Amino acid sequence: MTDLALGGKAPADRDRILRYLQDYGVYLGVAVLLILNIFLTPHFLSAENFRTQAVQVAPVLIVALGMALAIGSEGVDLSVGSVMALSTSLLSLYLGYGTWIALIVALIGGAAIGVANGSLIAFIGVQPIVATLALMVAGRGLALVLLPQLKDVRDPTMASLGSGDVLGIPYLVLIAAALALVVAFVVRRTTFGRQLLAIGDSRPAARLAGLPVRRVLILVYVCSGVLAAVAGVLATARLTASDPTSLGNLMELSAITAVVVGGTPLSGGRIRIGGTVAGAVLIQLLTATLIKHDLPPSWTQIAQAVVIILAVYAARERGKR
Amino acid sequence: MTDVLSVTQLSKTFPGVRALDGVDFTARAGEVHALIGENGAGKSTLIKVLTGVYAPDAGELTYKNEKVSFATPLDAQHAGISTIYQEVNLVPLMSVARNLFLGREPRGRLGLIDFRRMHREADEALRRLGVRVDVRRPLRELGVGAQQMVALARAVSVDAQVVIMDEPTSSLEPREVQTLFGVIRMLRDRGIAVIYVSHRLEELYEVCDAVTVLRDGKLVHTGPIAELDRLRLVSLMLGREIGEVREEGVTKFSGEHAPGTQPVLRARDLTMRHALHGVSVDIRPGEVVGLGGLLGSGRSETAKAIAGALPTDAGSVLIAGTPVRSGSPPAAIRAGISLLPEDRKAEGIVPGLSVRENIALAALPGLSRFGLVDESAIDKIVDTFMKRLRIKASGPHQKVGELSGGNQQKVLLARWLAMNPKVLLLDEPTRGIDIGAKAEVQKLIDELAGDGLAVLLISSDMEELIEGSDRVVVLKDGTVIEELTGSKVTEDALMRAIATTGGSHD
Repeated sequence: MTDLALGGKAPADRDRILRYLQDYGVYLGVAVLLILNIFLTPHFLSAENFRTQAVQVAPVLIVALGMALAIGSEGVDLSVGSVMALSTSLLSLYLGYGTWIALIVALIGGAAIGVANGSLIAFIGVQPIVATLALMVAGRGLALVLLPQLKDVRDPTMASLGSGDVLGIPYLVLIAAALALVVAFVVRRTTFGRQLLAIGDSRPAARLAGLPVRRVLILVYVCSGVLAAVAGVLATARLTASDPTSLGNLMELSAITAVVVGGTPLSGGRIRIGGTVAGAVLIQLLTATLIKHDLPPSWTQIAQAVVIILAVYAARERGKR
Repeated sequence: MTDVLSVTQLSKTFPGVRALDGVDFTARAGEVHALIGENGAGKSTLIKVLTGVYAPDAGELTYKNEKVSFATPLDAQHAGISTIYQEVNLVPLMSVARNLFLGREPRGRLGLIDFRRMHREADEALRRLGVRVDVRRPLRELGVGAQQMVALARAVSVDAQVVIMDEPTSSLEPREVQTLFGVIRMLRDRGIAVIYVSHRLEELYEVCDAVTVLRDGKLVHTGPIAELDRLRLVSLMLGREIGEVREEGVTKFSGEHAPGTQPVLRARDLTMRHALHGVSVDIRPGEVVGLGGLLGSGRSETAKAIAGALPTDAGSVLIAGTPVRSGSPPAAIRAGISLLPEDRKAEGIVPGLSVRENIALAALPGLSRFGLVDESAIDKIVDTFMKRLRIKASGPHQKVGELSGGNQQKVLLARWLAMNPKVLLLDEPTRGIDIGAKAEVQKLIDELAGDGLAVLLISSDMEELIEGSDRVVVLKDGTVIEELTGSKVTEDALMRAIATTGGSHD
């Protein structure tokens, strides 16, 4: 009956503009930054620069893919940065047993943190922000217990993973792109993806419709954990060093920004993978622009904060109607 | 007796709803005044106006012979109007005494809290109400009943002139109810005006002096409760006259089904603390069984217990002789039980998803191979049911949240019919939907029963319940008090059953 109360033309127009901004504003932002840089930044239009930017954005994007799943389920995963640290510690500890074994152990570490997050949320009913905050602290602690200080990684396979390429496209970028496609496919075409969106939109309705709510939630955080571990491994390969003290610091904020700026609402029920990719690129360009123009890195964080506030504002205004 | 708080010609409108329409109400000193009515009658709106939560659109509020308007709930509290809600709103981790004196602690020298005095006074205040607890213990360690007493003691000790209680007994044990009644009588004898909201008729007759009945936002009766017999009270609440001559066929039900002989659903002795006390219901294939009773009698709880949506303390549910694991919606759904919940918007539809996704939601695992969704299988099912149920949407991809209530309900029906259920539990299937859609849904229920489905129908609409059901099981305070069959399925018989004494849950 309130459908009729949609009176006035102006609010409807405003609503449509906000909707477009939330859905496509991120692409506009990327375009604007690209154009600005082409004119203002020397040597911006070079293959070398594009490769650097793409390699830097890859780990952020991979973490953001997992974050998009968590946010789509009306949750959040603050432990991703610590999972990156844990994976780098595990990786360098187990490299002695062979590269592949070390890689698998690192990913299992991420999955384990995901199981812990998911169980706290699904079985005990802890709020996602609290549960994953606990694992954020515990995960970083564990990483430092396993590997108290920076350690060089001298492994040929890892080195080629970090700096190798196919037809000029770095492995890191290829892996990130492939994972984005996989996650997009999972969200669109699998039972898990559909159930995840239903749970994120209305948990009580999903429960009464007989959906396996707990199983889905645990799987969401396992995905997020494994993706963060992949990002940790790739970052380690690129740096050729394991640094559990600083690897992944503030990564959760970058990932949340990428997801939210990309048009995925914090209230759950909707996931935009294309937007998330663009969101990650936007943050990377923003950072690069500020650094190229000799502004201190702390400015980047302030700029990120402004972007995220704008994105949440657009979403909220639209939600109010 | 003097009037303490009264309203005249009070009106309050929300978008699309006239919640209160020219209501008069008076609370007098030394009187316990029952305020009753079914869902949507306007009770809670009236209370919220009295306590400053809502501002009325029209009408006057008089308090102690002065015209007043409370801007905030705090204003009303300071003026001496205390409200005790169903859920106790105190600080669970603080001690009983601190809760009692929150914000007005006795101070000693240096402005520090004088704990010794506070504990002594708290103890005395509670003893006066007949409650003996250690006032140093955290409030949450007390039972719900004792917590409610603390809330009451707090309300009384702030010099309340008016005490409003909203279903205070809904989570109390019978013994605690008696203690509460003792306290209420004590308040009355001290000259406090008590406004008492409850759906339990026994309680009203036991503790109240006056009664006001609201229906659809209007005042339908006010006066001493002793002059109103139970049957009359029930008929006023439900808006039905006893023995009223009425045309048949107002609803779209044919009323005739040919049920099978063996029940497909057997629910045995369902028990749930404070809600159900051994409820048993059988339904045969092709039969529509109505659940009758007032608000709070345990109708929705029965349906939810059968569907596994609420955990039971005891009892069993059998489908075709096979027990169903309790407390698990997936187990109930696998066994063939489908529930259309009362709160369609919060528990039924997934508003942000499309009509298509909503219809396919429960059946999704069956429409997938190796975890991948079979889109063409979904399209087929969605197409079938959108046509069969005549769902009006711009297309299968429209968001369900944008549809009308009737079409949302049809989408939910489609979701369950896609599962080929054996038992359909319908909790208020036509509430809040327009007349045309209502008739369609009623006709659909009839057809589904004709196809051999076992249907449980809950409805506050008397016509719908009586004409739609082959049998009516009447609930009161979580107990089955009567079963109406055959020619006894009439509105008169239903009201008489509800008004009968007894059926309380000791």
